[in-house]
Amino acid sequence: MFEITKKREVAPNVHEIVIHAPAVAKKARPGQFIILMVDEKSERVPYTLCDWDREAGTVTLVVQEVGQSSRKLVLLRAGDQVAHLVGPLGVPLEIERFGTVALAAGCYGIGAILGIARAMKAAGNRVIAIVEADSHYLHYFRAELEAAADEFIQTTIDGSENIKGHSIDVVKRKLENGESLDRVIAVGCLFMMMLAGNVTKPFGVKTLVALNPIMLDGTGMCGACRVAVGEQTLFACVDGPFFDAHQVDWSELRDRRVAYSDDEIQAVARTDVAAPRRERAHARTA
Amino acid sequence: MATVTKKKEIPRQPMPEQDPEDRVGNFDEVPYGFTEELATLEAQRCILCKNAKCVAACPVNIDIPGFVALIQQGKFLEAARRIKQDNALPAVCGRVCPQEEQCEGSCVIGIKHAPVAIGRLERFAADYERRMGAVTIPEIPPKTGKRVAVVGAGPAGLTVAGDMILKGHEVTVFEALQGPGGVLMYGIPEFRLPKEIVRAEVDYLKQLGVEFVMDYVVGRNSTIRELLDEEGYHTVFIGTGAGLPSFMEVPGENLIGVYSANEYLTRANLMKAYLFPEYDTPPIRRQRVAVIGGGNVAMDSARTALRLGGDVTVVYRRAREQMPARAEEVHHAEQEGVKFMLLNNPTRVVGDQHHRVVGMECIRMELGEPDDSGRRRPVAVKGSEFVMDLDTVIVAIGNKPNPLVPRTTPELKTTKWGTVVADAKTMATSIPGVFAGGDIVSGAATVILAMGQARLAARAMDAYLHGDSVANPAADSP
Repeated sequence: MFEITKKREVAPNVHEIVIHAPAVAKKARPGQFIILMVDEKSERVPYTLCDWDREAGTVTLVVQEVGQSSRKLVLLRAGDQVAHLVGPLGVPLEIERFGTVALAAGCYGIGAILGIARAMKAAGNRVIAIVEADSHYLHYFRAELEAAADEFIQTTIDGSENIKGHSIDVVKRKLENGESLDRVIAVGCLFMMMLAGNVTKPFGVKTLVALNPIMLDGTGMCGACRVAVGEQTLFACVDGPFFDAHQVDWSELRDRRVAYSDDEIQAVARTDVAAPRRERAHARTA
Repeated sequence: MATVTKKKEIPRQPMPEQDPEDRVGNFDEVPYGFTEELATLEAQRCILCKNAKCVAACPVNIDIPGFVALIQQGKFLEAARRIKQDNALPAVCGRVCPQEEQCEGSCVIGIKHAPVAIGRLERFAADYERRMGAVTIPEIPPKTGKRVAVVGAGPAGLTVAGDMILKGHEVTVFEALQGPGGVLMYGIPEFRLPKEIVRAEVDYLKQLGVEFVMDYVVGRNSTIRELLDEEGYHTVFIGTGAGLPSFMEVPGENLIGVYSANEYLTRANLMKAYLFPEYDTPPIRRQRVAVIGGGNVAMDSARTALRLGGDVTVVYRRAREQMPARAEEVHHAEQEGVKFMLLNNPTRVVGDQHHRVVGMECIRMELGEPDDSGRRRPVAVKGSEFVMDLDTVIVAIGNKPNPLVPRTTPELKTTKWGTVVADAKTMATSIPGVFAGGDIVSGAATVILAMGQARLAARAMDAYLHGDSVANPAADSP
C-alpha cells in the first residue's frame, strides 16, 4: 500500500497528489511515468511523474478527474492509501545542454514539465516554460515554474489573462521573430501536441511530445500502447513516452485514445458522483 | 469396479466436465476433475514400469510410477507429496502441460491402447490435498545465510523460489504486476486454470518463507547489478518471461479493434474485465471476432471471446495437424462453437474512416514442401484473396522476450531475437551468479518447459552458492 501524504486542488479539477513511494522516488527521472491502481479492482492507469523527493521518498502527480479511475483517485484524501503504484516506467527524457529549450504545456502537462524544467536548467540550458489553459482560473504551479524556468509565459485560450491563444502560438511567434530554439518539448492533450509538431516542423526544430495512449501493464508486455512513428510501430511504455512529434501518425493515435470510451461510459454511469465529461482528448487517463 | 482385474480391460477414464452449452455462458473451470473412484480406476491402468519412459519425458522428471502407485493404493495425500518432491506447482501442471507430447506421449500403454491419463491423475492428487486442507510444510534445512533474488513471479520464478527455499536459502521474488503468478494470472483464463489454484500454490511458497515484493520493476527500481552489488543478493534468477507481442506486419494492424492476445487476455484474466463493472477495466466485448494463430494462446483468446458473447473464428495458416495447441484445448474450443478457418493467412486488416476494424482480407494457403521445423510449409494460392466481415482481430502469433532487463543490463549477453543467452545445462548467463529461464531464454514456450529450466537453474544456483564453479556461456560465444 502507498500512502497519500498530501493532496490539494491546485485549480478546478486539477489535483496535486503526493504519494509515499520510496522505491519510485529513488530512481525517478524527468519524463518518466508510473502506473497506479487505487484498489484491487481498479484499472491500471498511467500518470506522469511531475516531481519527486528522494529524501522524503515521495512522488508528485497531477491528476484530472476524467473517468471512473481518476475519480476514485481524486476522491481520496491525505492519509488514505492506494493499492498499487509501480514505476518509474518509460525511458527518461534525454537531458543535455542543448542551448535554449522551450517547454510548452497544457492541462496535466503544466505539472508534468516541472521536473523537466528543473533538469534542463540544471544541465545548463536556457529554459522557456510556456503554459496554456482555457481560462485564467485554470492555471496552476505558477510560482514553481517561475522559479524553475528562465522565462515563464502564460496564455489563456479565452484571452481572460495574459496572452490570448495556445502555448504553441508563442513558440511560433518566437521562431518567426528569428529567436533560436534548440529543442521544443510539448506535453498536454493530443491536439495541442499535434499542433506543436505542425508549428515547429517548417523551422526544423527538434520537437518531442509525451504520448500517453492506453496502457495496461506498462512494462512491455501487452502491446496496447503501440504508436506508429515514422515507418515503425513503437511501444509508448518501453520505447517512449517521448517521441519525435514530426514522425508520429497523429490521426491514428487520436482514434486509438478513444478506443474504450464507449465501454467506459458504462463505468462512469454507475457512480453517484456527477462527472464532468470533458472532451476525451483532454484526458490524461484512459 | 474392484472386480476388474485385467488392467488392459479398463478404458481410459474421461474427466467429467461442464456441458459446452452451459460453459460458454460462464468463466468457471471446464473439467471438474476426477472423483476418487475415477482416479483409482484410471491409476489401475498403469503397469508401473521400472524404467519408466514417462519420467524421462517429463521436463521436471516427476516420479510418475511412484505417485500413480500411491493413488492405486488410495494414498492420495502421499501421492500429492510424492509429486511435490519434483514439482512445486502440480495443480497447475496437471491442467496446462501438453501431456500428449510428454509423459502420456511416451506411455507404454499408449502403444496399443489410450495412454494412462497421467495429467489428470496429477491434477487429482494436487486438488485432493488442497481440498482436504492437508497441505503440509516440509522441514526446511538450517539457513545458509545466502540470499537469492528472483525476478518475475511466473512459473519459472515460482519454481526457483520453491527449490531454493527448500535448500535453506533466503528468497525474495520481485514482480512488476500487482500479484504473483505471471502468465498463470494474466494469460491463462479462469476456465482453464482457476486463479484460486494459483493463489494457493503461491501461498504455499509464502508459508515456506519466500518473500514476495509486488509493484517492483527490476531494471527500473533496481538493476541486476544493484541487486548483486548493493542490495546484498548472492545470486539472481531472471524469469521475466514474455514481452512485446509479435504482430503479423500486414497493413491495418494498428487499427482500433486489433489487439494482441496479451492485451486481450490480460484485460480478461488479470484485470477481471469479464466482471466489469464490478471491476473497473472494461472488457473487449465485440460481435465478430477473428483470432490469428494456432497455439494455446489463440485457443484461450478464442474461448474468452466466445464467453464475452462474440462469434469467433480461428484463422490459422497451416492445417489442423500442425496446430501447436494442446489437443484438448482445440477440442474444447470446437465443442464450444469456435469456428476454424485453417490454411488461411491474413494479408490486410480493413478499417473505416475512424480507424475501426470492419474486415480482414485473407488468402488461402496450401501445404508445400516441409520447412526447417519439419512441418509442411504453407504456400499462398494466387488470386484467392477474400474479405471476412469483422469488428475485432486478436493476434496470437507469439511474443518477443520482455525487453526491460536486457535493456538495462548492458553486460547481459542476448541473442538477435532479444532472448537471454544461457547455458543449456545450468541456465547460467554471461554474468557470474546470474541465471535465467523460461520465455526470457526460450522465446515463447510452455509453462512446464519454463519450470524445467528453472529446476536446472536452481540446482546450478545452489552449487554456485556453495562455491562450485558453474559453466558460463560468456566463455563460448554463440
